[in-house]
Amino acid sequence: MELITLHGIEKTYQMGDISVPVLKGISLAIRQGELVALTGSSGSGKSTLMNILGCLDRPTAGEYWLEGQETSLLTADERALLRNRKLGFVFQSFNLLARTSAIENVAMPLSYSVEDLSSSETRKRAAEMLGRVGLGDRLNHYPSQLSGGQQQRVAIARALINHPPVLFADEPTGNLDSRTSEEVLQMFEQLNAEDGITIIMVTHDPKVAGHAKQIIRIEDGLIQDDAATDGPTPQTSGDAQ
Amino acid sequence: MRIYATAGIALKALRRNPMRAMLTTLGIVIGVGAVIAMMEIGAGASTALKKSIASMGANVLVIRPGTASSGGVSFGAGTSTTLTPEDCQAILRECPAIRNGAPMVRARAQVVYGNRNWIPNAIYGTTPAYLDVQDWNILAEGEPFTDRDVLNSNRVCILGQTLARELFEGVSPVGKEIRIQNISFRVIGVLSLKGANMMGHDQDDVILAPWTTIKYRVTGTSLATAQSTGSTSDTVNTLSNLYPAAQPSLYPERSSVQQTDNPMPVRFANIDWIMAAANSSQEIPLAIKQISEVLRERHRIRPEEPEDFNIRDMAELTATLSTTTTLMTNLLLAVAMISLVVGGVGIMNIMLVSVTERTREIGLRMAVGARGRDILRQFLVEAVVLCLTGGAMGIVLGHGGSQLVRLVLGWPVQTSPAAIATAVLVSAGVGIIFGFYPAWKASRLDPIEALRYE
Ligand SMILES: Nc1ncnc2c1ncn2[C@@H]1O[C@H](COP(=O)(O)OP(=O)(O)O)[C@@H](O)[C@H]1O
Ligand SMILES: [Mg+2]
Repeated sequence: MELITLHGIEKTYQMGDISVPVLKGISLAIRQGELVALTGSSGSGKSTLMNILGCLDRPTAGEYWLEGQETSLLTADERALLRNRKLGFVFQSFNLLARTSAIENVAMPLSYSVEDLSSSETRKRAAEMLGRVGLGDRLNHYPSQLSGGQQQRVAIARALINHPPVLFADEPTGNLDSRTSEEVLQMFEQLNAEDGITIIMVTHDPKVAGHAKQIIRIEDGLIQDDAATDGPTPQTSGDAQ
Repeated sequence: MRIYATAGIALKALRRNPMRAMLTTLGIVIGVGAVIAMMEIGAGASTALKKSIASMGANVLVIRPGTASSGGVSFGAGTSTTLTPEDCQAILRECPAIRNGAPMVRARAQVVYGNRNWIPNAIYGTTPAYLDVQDWNILAEGEPFTDRDVLNSNRVCILGQTLARELFEGVSPVGKEIRIQNISFRVIGVLSLKGANMMGHDQDDVILAPWTTIKYRVTGTSLATAQSTGSTSDTVNTLSNLYPAAQPSLYPERSSVQQTDNPMPVRFANIDWIMAAANSSQEIPLAIKQISEVLRERHRIRPEEPEDFNIRDMAELTATLSTTTTLMTNLLLAVAMISLVVGGVGIMNIMLVSVTERTREIGLRMAVGARGRDILRQFLVEAVVLCLTGGAMGIVLGHGGSQLVRLVLGWPVQTSPAAIATAVLVSAGVGIIFGFYPAWKASRLDPIEALRYE
């Protein structure tokens, strides 16, 4: 089943009188259970595409179907709801709330979800999620008391707290050394394999991209090639479901 | 999202920077503190003023005879002689809104003690009830005269403090004899100090005596003396030579010694005015109505006819005075309000700084599903929580301040729940008003730009 389908997505920034075309007609399809790496040189438009995929931004033209829903026409509030329920984000710079414990950081998206959870229920779910990313013993640590890899794992737990089908990661290992990068990537592979979460990550590092099942190369606002790799996980996307 | 969850987030956000939160809210603390202190001191002052007005006779009604007129010429208020002591008794008997009342007769004469003399402001002839009407029950010395003294026209009197000082120079006057127009009175008491009244009149420059004594012995306008002056033609009035009394005297003329020793009371004794005290200031209008009904009936005034008396109260004066204190309180309150506004501007400033500082946080919250209105609410609640915390501290500070004023300066203060409720509402209002713009700005941020913000 196609989870994400893009049809001729264009994005043009308007800088005063000059229009800057960044995405020039991107069409692609990503099936559920995929682990995709978006690569390309700096300034090629990876983050721009990612923001559109993550419903943070709207394309100038084109169609974006997510789970059979056309999203480019949704209002800001509808997109916020969609982000809350169906999309998880992991950022290069972790974006954890300072002076806020790991468990509270993880529980944060729950306060914007439609379901009304009691505070004990909220804590229970957040603690569970931290356990999943291997931080069950770091619940009340502040971000400043955690290593970079641990911080990014807290961010992953936060992204997954509402059990979204898709996880977006923009340069998730950009701020990490190679050892902790490996940790985070293994986490992604595990989530993809065990929970069937579709993961789309942006990277310019070929080593990182090597962990993906599928690599999408973007060059100058257009998709170059769309090739499956023989990454370390031999599973095919069909088996992951 | 539930409001208490939002409040929780707001509290957490404020706890992340407690020093700044404290300093930010200081403006509100001071503003609310000033409002509370002003309101408490103002309320205390107005209560104290009401009390002091009451002690000067705020509930007192003065009933004066109406205007006499002859041939279209009016002689002014109080010129007709229509009030009697019986009117006073009837008022006491038949008006439930009246607490007490006393008939009044006034004389002005020289008072002599030994080689000293003095003309007091007023020599009042009255009954013991007068002291109660004027809230003057406690004497500095001695005892008040009694109803029996009034009945028997006894020559006893009570002196005001000024008189006691002027005539006796520190010696106790009680038991001494003074002379008022050559009639000797025994001093049986000295009034407590009352000071000047609201018009600046010295209320202690007074002598109180039974009204019968003043009326028949001092002012001497009893029927008998009135007749005798008409028939004695050897005095200055030369007109009596031209127009001798039309009727010859029925009785032999009485010597002045006889007159002073055995004054002949007239059957229709008129008094100068009546003072009555209403039960409370609220009952004054009712009391006026009751008195007017009683007197109309007693004086046989038909409904369409004008009254031959008039009733005055201190309402106007009271109103003026309380308007003045209210004005002062409001003025101070306005100043306090200004400091609240200044505090509000401080809140707005810090909230704007906070929004800028937390741009990435806002972007993140939006990325995980917060809508614009969630962000708006979060920052608004944060501002309100900040203001309410400041308000609570301000209430404590203001209350403490007014208590300090009470203890140190001895000013009357009065805790008012209304002031506290106002303070809470006002500080929440300040939070909403001054927090709105920053919160609105936060809610309008673009999530991508916010996330990218450095
Ligand atoms: N808000 C914006 N306004 C104008 N130009 C932008 C904006 N965001 C990105 N761009 C431009 O779009 C191009 C692609 O940026 P981006 O998607 O961030 O590249 P990357 O592949 O490195 O993530 C860049 O040339 C950048 O200058
Ligand atoms: Mg980028």
